[in-house]
Amino acid sequence: MKILVAIKRVQDYNIKVQPKSDGSDVDMEGVKMGVNPFDENAIEEAIRLKEKGVASEIVGVSIGSSLNQDVLRQGLAMGVDKAILVETDKVLQPLAIAKLLKKVVEKEKPDLILLGKLALDSDAGQTGQMLAGLLNCSQGTFASSIEIKDSEVFITREIDGGTESIVTKLPVVLTADLRLNEPRFVKLPNLMMARKKSIETIKADDLGVDISSKLKTISVSEPPPRKEGIKVKDIKELLQKLNDIEGIKI
Amino acid sequence: MILAEHDGKKLNDVVFNAIGAAEIWGGSIDLLIIGKGIDELVNHASKIDSVNKIIKFDAPHLEHPLAEDAANIISEIGQDYRVILAPHTWFSRNILPRVAALLDVSMISDVLKINGDNTYIRSTYAGNVHATIKSDEPIQVLTVHSSKFKAVGLNGNALIVDSKAPEPLNLSRWEKERKIESDRPPLINAKVVISGGRSLGSAEKFNEVLAPLADKLEAAIGATRAAVDAGYAPNEIQVGQTGVVVAPDLYIAIGVSGANQHIYGMKDSRVVVAINNDPDATIFQFADYGLVADLFEAVPEMATLVSKT
Repeated sequence: MKILVAIKRVQDYNIKVQPKSDGSDVDMEGVKMGVNPFDENAIEEAIRLKEKGVASEIVGVSIGSSLNQDVLRQGLAMGVDKAILVETDKVLQPLAIAKLLKKVVEKEKPDLILLGKLALDSDAGQTGQMLAGLLNCSQGTFASSIEIKDSEVFITREIDGGTESIVTKLPVVLTADLRLNEPRFVKLPNLMMARKKSIETIKADDLGVDISSKLKTISVSEPPPRKEGIKVKDIKELLQKLNDIEGIKI
Repeated sequence: MILAEHDGKKLNDVVFNAIGAAEIWGGSIDLLIIGKGIDELVNHASKIDSVNKIIKFDAPHLEHPLAEDAANIISEIGQDYRVILAPHTWFSRNILPRVAALLDVSMISDVLKINGDNTYIRSTYAGNVHATIKSDEPIQVLTVHSSKFKAVGLNGNALIVDSKAPEPLNLSRWEKERKIESDRPPLINAKVVISGGRSLGSAEKFNEVLAPLADKLEAAIGATRAAVDAGYAPNEIQVGQTGVVVAPDLYIAIGVSGANQHIYGMKDSRVVVAINNDPDATIFQFADYGLVADLFEAVPEMATLVSKT
């Protein structure tokens, strides 16, 4: 079985990204970047499936500028076998990403396609479902457990107020929740070795896909601040304030 | 068109907010309900304000709608609509992006504000940035942040249209679900939420300290990711970017430090109370009322005093 894992390059989860002063876009200068955390879970799951003998090959793919080589190398260091960069300098929407990934899927013919359930930057959570729609194949989103038995995929996935279990056919697009696994720590020698591996580069423009967007970001701003709170000295004062100021009768 | 979600008996409350959001376009609103044996539910839904028509798909294989089948139905009838909208829940987040791809349009997730002219405000970068986005798509596909939109009432009279469901695609099958059984209100739409952090120290203490207060306030109980990871509370009640996003009338954070990803899950609450023994805890920056105290004394005291009023 062959697995394709999509890897997005996003800001580090500890970093508070801010808008530029003119509000035209976010200020990404000097911001520490890395693999989207949910994509790390996707990579880890692919590697575990290979270690169990279920999968034979893992292909990692990232879409973006040449800077994205670093997240692909991170994937290679974790255990991805082959890396593909779909190169473009354009800012792409999930639909365009899904269309490009579909082209890669058609070329690589994976049985299982793994993505993170959302990306920390855009926070949209659409790409996996869109890709499954474009491929007309099964989908298993927000997965917290994945098991493969006799060409069927058993998935535990998040629903409102609990979890559900579904079984899908192959090929399937799966999106990973943080609960799926604990991604491994990459050892320095592995990272050094990954630096020597080659990365196949495909120009996004050569894939014959319309990646123009009908969504335009007009401006960005900081969220309106919360009004400053006060400290109360004890529970009595707290209850009194809630009652008198907020109208909460408890 | 609005995609409704339900548990087979009752519509999810957030559907009413989604209809409130759709009113902004000023056009005619249809509500799509798919399920199995949903006559009673549909009859009740026909009284919702502002709804022109209910499109009902009632079939055995739609009891637990799979994304593949649901998206198949929605993209088919959705071509005739200008807007396809749903609350930003796990249910719709699973289905609507697939619909958008089948219709070859972009989608806008978790919209905070709808301006006229297909312009929206949504939050990005873990809630640190608000972006204003304009969409030139022929069909607007979006999910809305329910608490930001007013819920509609039950004084309407919608037409019910029975539609024949297409055959199942059989790409997936549903096995079972596990919902957390609780006498307390569900986290997602509780009026009061009490969340505990790692400072509670153990699963026993987590329950022992929070439950009496939650009982008195008829509150839902939430937990931070740290408390869940430490095994004090089940995953299902995790509040944050990687859990549930809540926006109750009153949010009480107990022994919560205030990690970025937790703040994301509760910052839209109307009134936030934080109780923590560390005066420098980040959570106090997001609290309307902060109490620096030992939670093991303060919370039982609060539970006692609340019962007196």
